Amino acid sequence: MSVLLQAQGLSKRFGGLQALYDVGFSIETGDIYGLIGPNGAGKTTLFNVLTSLYIPESGTCTFAGETLTGRKPHEVAGLGLARTFQNIRLFGNLSAIENVMIGRHIRTHAGVIGAVLRNKRTRREEAEIEARAHALLDYVGIGSRANDVAKSLPYGDQRRLEIARALATEPKLLALDEPAAGMNASETVVLRQLIQKIRDDGITVLLIEHDMKLVMGLCNRVLVLEYGKVLAEGRPADVQRNPKVIEAYLGAGAAQVAETVPGAPA
Amino acid sequence: MTQAIPLKRGLPTKTLLGIALIGVVLAVLPFVIGIAGQSWVRTLNFALLYVMLALGLNIVVGFAGLLDLGYIAFYAVGAYTWALLASPHFGLHLPFWAILPISIAIAGLFGVLLGAPTLKLRGDYLAIVTLGFGEIIRIFLTNLNAPINITNGPQGINRIDPFKIGDFTFARAETFFGIRFTGPEKYYYLLLAIVLLILLVCARLQNSRIGRAWEAIREDEIAAKAMGINTRNVKLLAFAMGASFGGAAGAMFAAMQGFVSPESFSLTESISILCMVVLGGMGHIPGVILGAILLAAMPEFLRAVVEPAQHMIFGAVVIDPEGIRMLMFGLAMVLVMLFRPAGLWPSAVRKRELSRGKGASA
Amino acid sequence: MPHAVIIKGRSMEIFLQQIINGLTLGSVYALVALGYTMVYGIIGLINFAHGDVVMIGAMVVTVVAGSLMHADPNASAWLVIGAGLLVAIPVCMIVGWTAERVAYRPLRRAPRLAALITAIGVSIILQNLAMMIWGRNYLSFPQVIQPAVYTVAGARISGLQIAIVVIAGALMAALTFVVHHTRLGTAMRATAQNREVAGLMGININTVISAAFLIGSALAAIAGTMVTTYYGVAQYTMGFMLGLKAFTAAVLGGIGNLGGAMLGGLLLGVIEALGSGYIGDLTGGVLGSHYQDVFAFIVLVAVLIFRPSGLMGERVGDRA
Repeated sequence: MSVLLQAQGLSKRFGGLQALYDVGFSIETGDIYGLIGPNGAGKTTLFNVLTSLYIPESGTCTFAGETLTGRKPHEVAGLGLARTFQNIRLFGNLSAIENVMIGRHIRTHAGVIGAVLRNKRTRREEAEIEARAHALLDYVGIGSRANDVAKSLPYGDQRRLEIARALATEPKLLALDEPAAGMNASETVVLRQLIQKIRDDGITVLLIEHDMKLVMGLCNRVLVLEYGKVLAEGRPADVQRNPKVIEAYLGAGAAQVAETVPGAPA
Repeated sequence: MTQAIPLKRGLPTKTLLGIALIGVVLAVLPFVIGIAGQSWVRTLNFALLYVMLALGLNIVVGFAGLLDLGYIAFYAVGAYTWALLASPHFGLHLPFWAILPISIAIAGLFGVLLGAPTLKLRGDYLAIVTLGFGEIIRIFLTNLNAPINITNGPQGINRIDPFKIGDFTFARAETFFGIRFTGPEKYYYLLLAIVLLILLVCARLQNSRIGRAWEAIREDEIAAKAMGINTRNVKLLAFAMGASFGGAAGAMFAAMQGFVSPESFSLTESISILCMVVLGGMGHIPGVILGAILLAAMPEFLRAVVEPAQHMIFGAVVIDPEGIRMLMFGLAMVLVMLFRPAGLWPSAVRKRELSRGKGASA
Repeated sequence: MPHAVIIKGRSMEIFLQQIINGLTLGSVYALVALGYTMVYGIIGLINFAHGDVVMIGAMVVTVVAGSLMHADPNASAWLVIGAGLLVAIPVCMIVGWTAERVAYRPLRRAPRLAALITAIGVSIILQNLAMMIWGRNYLSFPQVIQPAVYTVAGARISGLQIAIVVIAGALMAALTFVVHHTRLGTAMRATAQNREVAGLMGININTVISAAFLIGSALAAIAGTMVTTYYGVAQYTMGFMLGLKAFTAAVLGGIGNLGGAMLGGLLLGVIEALGSGYIGDLTGGVLGSHYQDVFAFIVLVAVLIFRPSGLMGERVGDRA
């Protein structure tokens, strides 16, 4: 399998705090790649560096053969890396369908002229945008809520809406920041199925999560961060048994989980 | 979807009738108002100019959410461009089909120039910087008369050519089809046509890919960037479009009035236009038009009512009517923000945005 | 630059004169800037109306001084100005307090846009009330001050300038003391840091915010007095430019930072004095000193673009 994203030596400071130090890893096409670590380990910071919301002091990152570091955030999305946010960042006052339609922006072209003239090409594009948005809402399971105001949606639906919006950008890699946060057990199962469906449909997934059961059951590779440094990388089963990881993070509770969950997919 | 007129589906009969009715009213309006005197037709024309300005500012403030306090600068640029290219000042008398596009283009260019440095700024700071730019333009207009006389300083430029299509001039009264049209009445139809054009452009922009990008930026700029929107260019586009409408209005102002001076382009004007947009209903085209008409007509109305009233009560005009007008503006701004922050006629989205306690960022 | 070479002998004196003028003006800016920065630091609002409070202070002082002089043409400067301040300070405090209470407090949780527009509205109201009360014309401050003029290294410095700088300095020192060594000051700093938690810790937020407005308005009244005695005139539009420049000073120093407001004020005053003094020379006569106001704007734009946290502010990033 080919390497989709390759990061090397990424470092990021905020004043006196070294949030990331010499972080390197690679994600292959078709992975569901987990990113775990205690709170404050630098997971979201790493996301923000990858998506160019933060600029690293050093290190490089390549994505689908192109250099990622140094790009502007909107360019990152253009290259095919889309994300969701830890504290949901939907366009709250707009409807669900409008949120997803905005996700189509980067793959469509109508400008001022097209908007004003409403020529055939523009109208076709608009129809496609709307149809695609409906399809994506159905895909994540909230098709019936298309016209509901985003901020009025139940929490779990908001998370799924954010995923739909990210999918609208036609990403090669979908980066999800704690998508299961605040979800109950049954919602988490639905989410897990959705993520697997996304991967099976050809999109690589990068996942920050605290829900260990979800991570171990879903991811085929896992990166563990602690205090901004890479602690371990590998298959979930191996990472679980890594004494450094157990010591820093997983502890006895997760060791029990490792017994009950059958071996993670390779 | 937002509430613009849908594309492929037909219009319901009620809406068609309503539009026809409005059309009839608009068609005969100047004659009806002219009965009270030609100065009222001129007031009507100025109201139309303000509608243009309000629609233009609405793109920047209402659609994209960028608080521009110096919008009048673009009006000034448009007006002075027309004045410089069609008056005895430089001896140039270019035809309208040359000057109008040039005015619009130069205003649009200024929109980009003034907008570019503000892109990274947050709401309050953006407001102050744009205010500063507006003032800088006014200061330059007042002082660029030495060593080379470009703007003729505080005296302004007069004897500006009126709007002429070939030999048909808008300045004089003429008769066609047996009806007598005065100069102001002719200008009315010209301005109305331009307003309708701007209205169409705004409505279509709002309901388009660009319009959605503006909404996204207004809601959450970081999320917008993450979804691939080039926020810098999209914001500049808002500035440019808003500015070009301001420039168009300015050019028409110069042609109609025949005279421009820096006095007409003060901060008070910028704030008045902002008032129209905010009080009417930010981002909601019908609300903005309502705001513009109300606030443009009000001073004339006040003058017609307050002066005689003061004569009756005090025997003379004791309180400066201009002061009363601005005082009411200020009161209106405070009261609307306190009690109806989304404006008199807001859009549904804006009402949600500004509902107290759950407000999105400025 | 030919001019500088020719008048080399005088250039140091001219330079010094501009510095003196700049520091005087800057002291006034600093006092007004303190009002802006306190309010912004605590509630995140640019109080557009603050410059107009300065104007009201100036107008009241002028009117009171004028009436006193009318009644007794031999009254001493101290009495006249003192009486003027005695009226102006409470008036300004009432105005500032009322604006906060009626227009700003209800909007504390509203989006910033609403509060900003309200502030603009209050500013317009104050300006036009002033116009309706005192008319459109300039009011002149009565000729009651006969300042002594001293010469220092060839530059002239008047007693009034000294008084302004010294008084402003004393007030700034007093404010610094209050902010750092009194309970109120600590409460203000806590509220500025984190309003909700400060409230939870038992601080009465409303009192703290009102205090900020009261102090700022009092300083505004004094600043207004300085302006009108220095320039000899007062008019209902004077608040706008002055307010804008003082706000620029606050931003220059780092908004929310008291020391920054003081530094920014002095610095802006000097920049403006030097700029308008030398602009003719620098541009070969193309631009004259009536472009003076532009300097403040240029500084404002430059600071906001290149160093938005100001000279003494901290850099704050945005967390995704």
